[in-house]
Amino acid sequence: MIHPYRLNGYNIILDVYSGSIHVTDDAAYEAIVLLDGGRTREEAAALLPERLAACGAPQMSPEEIEELFDDIDALIRDEKLFTEDLYRDTRFDLKQRHTVIKALCLLVAHTCNLNCSYCFASQGDFHGEKGLMSFETGKRALDFLVENSGMRRNLEVDFFGGEPLLNFEVIKQLTAYARSIEKEKNKNFRFTLTTNGVGITDEVIEWANRECHNVVLSLDGRREVNDRFRVDRSGRGSYDTIVPKFRRMVDARQGRGYYMRGTFTHFNTDFTEDIFHMADDLGFTELSMEPVVTDPSSPSALTEEDLPVLFEQYEKLAVDMIRREREGRPITFYHYMIDLTHGPCIYKRVTGCGSGTEYMAVTAGGELYPCHQFVGDRQFLLGNVWDGVTATDVRDTFKLCNVYARPECADCWARLYCSGGCAANAYHASGDIRGIYPYGCKLFKKRIECALMMKAALQTAPEE
Amino acid sequence: MKHIQTLETRDMKKSAENGGCGECQTSCQSACKTSCGIANQQCEKAE
Repeated sequence: MIHPYRLNGYNIILDVYSGSIHVTDDAAYEAIVLLDGGRTREEAAALLPERLAACGAPQMSPEEIEELFDDIDALIRDEKLFTEDLYRDTRFDLKQRHTVIKALCLLVAHTCNLNCSYCFASQGDFHGEKGLMSFETGKRALDFLVENSGMRRNLEVDFFGGEPLLNFEVIKQLTAYARSIEKEKNKNFRFTLTTNGVGITDEVIEWANRECHNVVLSLDGRREVNDRFRVDRSGRGSYDTIVPKFRRMVDARQGRGYYMRGTFTHFNTDFTEDIFHMADDLGFTELSMEPVVTDPSSPSALTEEDLPVLFEQYEKLAVDMIRREREGRPITFYHYMIDLTHGPCIYKRVTGCGSGTEYMAVTAGGELYPCHQFVGDRQFLLGNVWDGVTATDVRDTFKLCNVYARPECADCWARLYCSGGCAANAYHASGDIRGIYPYGCKLFKKRIECALMMKAALQTAPEE
Repeated sequence: MKHIQTLETRDMKKSAENGGCGECQTSCQSACKTSCGIANQQCEKAE
C-alpha cells in the first residue's frame, strides 16, 4: 500500500509497510500513481505523457521515461515501494504476548482549582467524589508498578488530576519514596507533572527540576482564548496568574523537558494564532495543541464545517515551522515530531498505546482503570493497587486492541503511525474500544501528512 | 535517482527482527493525553 499526496509544492509517496518516504518530481509521482492504479509498466509509460501534460510538467523522451521506470523498479526490488503487509499475521501472537506494566497515571487529586467546562475529567472529580490520594495509596501504586514491570527498567509515572499540585506534599513524598527504591529494584522512574499552573511556587519549580523528566503546562494560547474556558471557581480567567509562573518554570528548566499544552475548540479554530502567541509573544518553544475531546452536542465541540479550516491551519503551521527552522529558531509541535530513523519499531506500531495493559490510571482511592480517560466508567474498572488486576477479561480486551483488531483501519495508510488510535476516543465515538473516532482520524492523517512534508522540505529542498 | 529522493527511514522489516524490547514510552503518557500517535516516540534501543 502507498499513500501519494501533494502538499506545499512537494510530491510525496509514503510506502506504508516499509515506512519508506519518497519525494518525487511530477513525472515519478504520476508514474507511481499509475502503477498503483493497476497499470503495467508499459501501460503506465504510454499514459505518462498525457498525465504530464495535465499537470503542466515538461514532456520526456522515451529514453527518459524508460530510465524513470527503471528507477521505480529498483525501489520495488529494494523493498521500498509497493511492499506487502508482512506483519498482519503477528496479530495472532499478540493475544498470547506477555505484557508488563510500564506506566501509571496517578490521579493524585480528584479536584481542581480551576473550573474549565471542557474538562474531560469533569473539573477533576471524574464524575465522582472529590478527594486526594493518600501517601499510602500512592506508595502502594508505585510498589504495584515495580512488582508488575518485569525486566522493564524505565517506568513512567505521571502526576495528573484534577490538579495534582493540590496534593503536592504527597507528590513530594512519592518521588522521594521512588528514588529510595529504584537502585535496589533496578528501575529508573521518569516522572511527569501535568499542571494548570495555579499552584506553581519556587518549591514546586525546584522539585520539578530535580524529579521530573517532563512537565506539561496547560495553556490554551491567547489571553481571550485561554480565559474562555480556563477560569477559576468565580469565573475569573487564569491567564494573568499562570503565564508568569509558567515563564519562571520554563526558564528554570534549562533544557529539561516541558510542553505548553493547549486545547482548541470550535471557538478558536484559528488555533495557530494561539501557537504563535505562545512562541512569539511568550517565548515558549515546546508546544502541543490538542483538539477538544467532548460531547458532540457541546457548543465547544468541533464540527464537520470546522474541518477544512483546521486542515488549513495545520498546513499553515507546518509551513511556518519550516520557515522558523530555516531561520535557525525552530519550535517544536508535539504532533509534528517524527523521528524517521529512530522511531518506533513495528511491534510498537502494531500494538499501540498500551492502555489497559502497559499503562493504567490509578484513582485517588487506588482503583485501576485502563487509562485516565476511562476513569469513573465502572465497566472498565480493572481492579486496585492492593489486589492487582482482577478484571482480567477487561484487560484482555485491551490486550487485543491493536491496529489489526480494528476493521475500519484495514485500508488506512496512516495505521502504522497511529496504531489504530486512542481506545477512549474510539469508545466514546463508536461504543467500542475497537472502533474508531473518524473525526480524530481525519485530523491525525492531516497532521502526519504535514509532518512528513516538513521532513521532505527540510531534508531535500534547497533553501530558497 | 533523477526523479526520486528517498528520505532515510527506519527499516520496518528489519525492526520486526530486532524490535519489541518494550522500553519505549507509552503513547500519550507524557504530553497530549487525548490522542494516540506513536510516530513521535523515540525507540529506546540503539541499533
